[in-house]
Order: sequence, then C-alpha cells, then structure tokens
Amino acid sequence: MTAALALGDDALVLSHRLGEWAGHAPVLEEEVALANIALDLLGQARLLLSLVGDEDELAYLREERAFRNVQLVEQPNGDFAHTIARQLYFSVHQQGLYEQLAAGDGPFAAIAAKAVKEVAYHRDHAEQWTLRLGDGTDESHERMQRAVDALWRCTGELFQPVEGVDVDWQALHDRWLETVGDVLGRATLTVPAGPQSGAWSAGAGRQGIHTEPFGRMLAEMQHLHRSHPGASW
Amino acid sequence: MAAGTASRAARAAADGAQGADAALQAAFDAAVAADERIEPRDWMPDAYRASLVRQMAQHAHSEIIGMQPEANWITRAPSLRRKAILMAKVQDEAGHGLYLYSAAETLGTSRDELLDKLHAGRQRYSSIFNYPTLTWADVGAIGWLVDGAAITNQVPLCRCSYGPYARAMVRVCKEESFHQRQGYELLLALSNGTPAQHEMAQDAVNRWWWPSLMMFGPPDDASAHSAQSMAWKIKRHSNDELRRRFVDICVPQAAALGLSLPDPDIRWNEELGRHDFGAIDWTEFQEVLKGNGPCNEQRLGQRRRAHEEGAWVREAAAAYARKHTSGAGPAVPKGKATA
Repeated sequence: MTAALALGDDALVLSHRLGEWAGHAPVLEEEVALANIALDLLGQARLLLSLVGDEDELAYLREERAFRNVQLVEQPNGDFAHTIARQLYFSVHQQGLYEQLAAGDGPFAAIAAKAVKEVAYHRDHAEQWTLRLGDGTDESHERMQRAVDALWRCTGELFQPVEGVDVDWQALHDRWLETVGDVLGRATLTVPAGPQSGAWSAGAGRQGIHTEPFGRMLAEMQHLHRSHPGASW
Repeated sequence: MAAGTASRAARAAADGAQGADAALQAAFDAAVAADERIEPRDWMPDAYRASLVRQMAQHAHSEIIGMQPEANWITRAPSLRRKAILMAKVQDEAGHGLYLYSAAETLGTSRDELLDKLHAGRQRYSSIFNYPTLTWADVGAIGWLVDGAAITNQVPLCRCSYGPYARAMVRVCKEESFHQRQGYELLLALSNGTPAQHEMAQDAVNRWWWPSLMMFGPPDDASAHSAQSMAWKIKRHSNDELRRRFVDICVPQAAALGLSLPDPDIRWNEELGRHDFGAIDWTEFQEVLKGNGPCNEQRLGQRRRAHEEGAWVREAAAAYARKHTSGAGPAVPKGKATA
C-alpha cells in the first residue's frame, strides 16, 4: 500500500531527524518542543506503517530504495533555521493534507483526525520561530532566509499526487503557497523565486530515489536491529 | 503553604522586631522543627539558601547533562516502540531540568547564572553521567539502576523543608518511577531474549552497578554537607543509609531479571536484617568528580557547544520580543511582504 508507506515514511524520517537534536537544542524549552514533535510524528508513523505490515520490519529492514518519503524530510538538520524552515514547509503541508483526509471517509480518515491536532501545534511552533528568526537580529534574518531558500526546491515534491491518497493536490498546493507566503512575509523574509523542484528530482523520493545523506541516516537507524536478526526488543 | 501554628507566634514576633536576627532565626528553627515548609518569601539563614542553591542547581544540571548518555541511543533504538519510550524519557528530563531551575530561581538566582556556572565548571552534576552508554542495554541499566538510585534519593526530598524543592520532587518522582519501570522492562526483555541480548544486559549491569552506588555520595564519615543538611531537613537520611536501602531493593530485582550483580561480597546479613556488600572504589569516585571520568570532557563540551551555537537563536528571540512587546501590535512587514 504505497499511500500508507508514503505518509508513514514522511513521519518516520522527519521524526528521526528531530530526534538527532536531543541534547543539542539552543534552549531547554526547545529540547522539550523538538522531542515532543518528534514523538508525535513517530506515533503517526507507527499507525500508518502498521496499516501496511509490521512496523519494525518496515522501518528497520527496508533499504534506501524502498523508502517512499519525500526528500524534504530526510534533509540534514543543518542549523536551527534549517530545522525550522523544514518544519514549517512540512507542517503546513501536513496540516492541509490531514485536514482533507480527516474530512473524507478514506482509509486514513481516523489517523488524520487524530494527527491534525498535533500537526496544528507543530505548525504553530514552526511559524512562531520563523517569525522570531526572520524578524529577530540581522544574523538570524540572514540564516533564516538562507534556510528558506535552500529547502525551497524540495517543496514541489510535497504536491506530487500519491496513488491512494484521495485529496485535491492542486488546492493543497495553492493553500500551502498562500500560507507559507503569509508567514514568510510577516517574518520579513522573501519568498524564494526559484522553482519548487530540482531539475530531475520532482517526485523522486516517492519512487525511492533519495539524497546521499539519507543512506547514512538509515545505516545508523537500522544497524542495531539488523545486527540481531529475529530478536525481539 | 501557610505557616502552621508552631512557628506562627515566633514569626509574628520576628516581623515586629524588624530584622532582629535572633528572632528571625528562632522563627526559622521553629518552622523546621515543626516540619513546616520554608517558602521563598520567608526569612532563611544565608547558609541554608546557599546550600539549597548548590544542591538544586546540581540536581537541575544533572537532569540536562543526563539527557546526553541516553540521547546517544535515540537514533539507534532497535524498535519503534523503544524509540518512542526513549524520546519521551529524554523529553521528560528536559522538563525536570526546567522545574528544578524554576525552583532554584525562587531563591534569588537565575537559570542563566546557574548555566554559566555549570559551563564554567563551577557547579557540578551527578558523577554517574560521566560514564559512556556503549550498548543498547545501557539504556535499560540506566533506567533500572540510575533512575532507581535517583528515586531512592529523591523520594525523601518530597518532604524536604524547602517548599518549592519538595513540590518539584513530587512531580519529578512520579515520572521517574515510570521511567524506572520501563528500564527494568527493557532489561527483562533482553535478559529473556537471545544469548547475545542476555550477555549485553549482563555486561551493562556489570558496568553500571558500582557507579550507581556512588550516586548516593561519599560515605557518611566523609560527607561534607550531610550533617547540616539533615539538621535543616533538606536531607532526611544519610548517604550510607540510602545506599543500603537501594542495595536491598536491587538484590531481589536482579534475581527476578535473571542477572547477577558484579559484587561477590553481597550477602544477606541475618543479624542486621539487610545486605552486606563490597567496598566501593572511592578513588574512582573522586577522580570522576575532579573531571577525570571517562566522559567529563565530552559531556561538558557538548553542553557548552549547544549553548554557544544556540546563542544567535536566543538573541533572535530576545530581539523579536523587544520589537513586539511594546504595544506595537503584530509585526509590521517591511520590504517584500506577502506573496
């Protein structure tokens, strides 16, 4: 079931990246917030992957080419601005997506209805930090603009239709653009002018074509589980 | 909490005497003797205040440094369920740090000041967090033994004479007991798992047992602060007393786990009704306290780095707050505003 894998992998991979922040956050409150968001996403991932099969087999025993997440969520954390820009782009998308799914009666309606409350919180967190970094100091403004620009070309993939996910993708994209544009504007940041997809990579993550750092991320994530075949934990 | 009857008259007299130190001291002593809580606005001896700041800061620092050895395994947790549990635990530790810094701030210090002292090496954190987490089983050993020792230490602190500290401990202890059970259950799964998993669990217990016993501090005859802390009812039991209590709890738990404790001298002492156990290597303890443990450099280094690398984020938040709290309302977009 490609659809559940796509949505589940998005949540699983972003959760993992956020987990890398533990013990490194700029302020104690962010240790709590980032771990909280990571946990919510991990919870979503577990529900979605369980629709397909055994969550641990799917998370730990698939190789890179079998993962269906968008490339945005596998991007390395970078500085705090990159983490926040990635979160803003993803959470605004996820909120729109889950709202549509929750309103429908498809296989994801129940999961989306639960998740949409969490996602609204994630979005608010990312939005508040985008405002603070964008409209904070000169340095934070520059860093935030750089992050917003750098990740922009990973956003097109969010709106590539996924088979089995019954939503209006064009409406999703339009609303995303409007919301992100509004937040960036209020943060005194410029909406990037470039294309939302790289020259060749649009939709690549959904087909198992990932970026180089992703393989290393999986190597770390899967190593222990793979070292003890058949063990239970 | 309202002052009880025992010290009310003495406190009233002290207020009337306008700073008469003897009367204030008498009111404080009466409150402590009557097991009342001292609250932030109450008069307290300078040494009591200083001792609490030292202890509470060290406690708060331990929570945030203590995130590191466990966070070390978040990205490698072997199942999604275990990963979720570990993330929740590390998140709780950050929360405990926040409670404790807030409680310490009621004594007239600030979180920033305390963190500066930690980063400068002028305040300590628990010696246990200077040991490395080398396998997944260490996460379970920390839950069972380290959190278990912490709980043994902290439950009596729920009755500590300083109100904000006691109340913080009530909340912390509830969450810690939950983590402790999860750590135990993790070890149980390993112990009952494959031979390799069982061996991993035993190895972790072997490495964490003695450092956990050191968490109770130096022996009573070498503990600098104990007598005074007990007189002030900050502490309720001596280091050695709590350590013995912990050993008594752990021995049957280890048996239930199917794991051994790395101490050939542990045996039941019928006469005293408790376990005897072997001698602790106090030289190692002193070396770790002095900064020469296996991870001291690494732990403090990572904490300093997170703080330094996060400075621009905190400055941004402060600058934004200055711009937007002076009644100017929402952000006024400058330049290229909305899409």
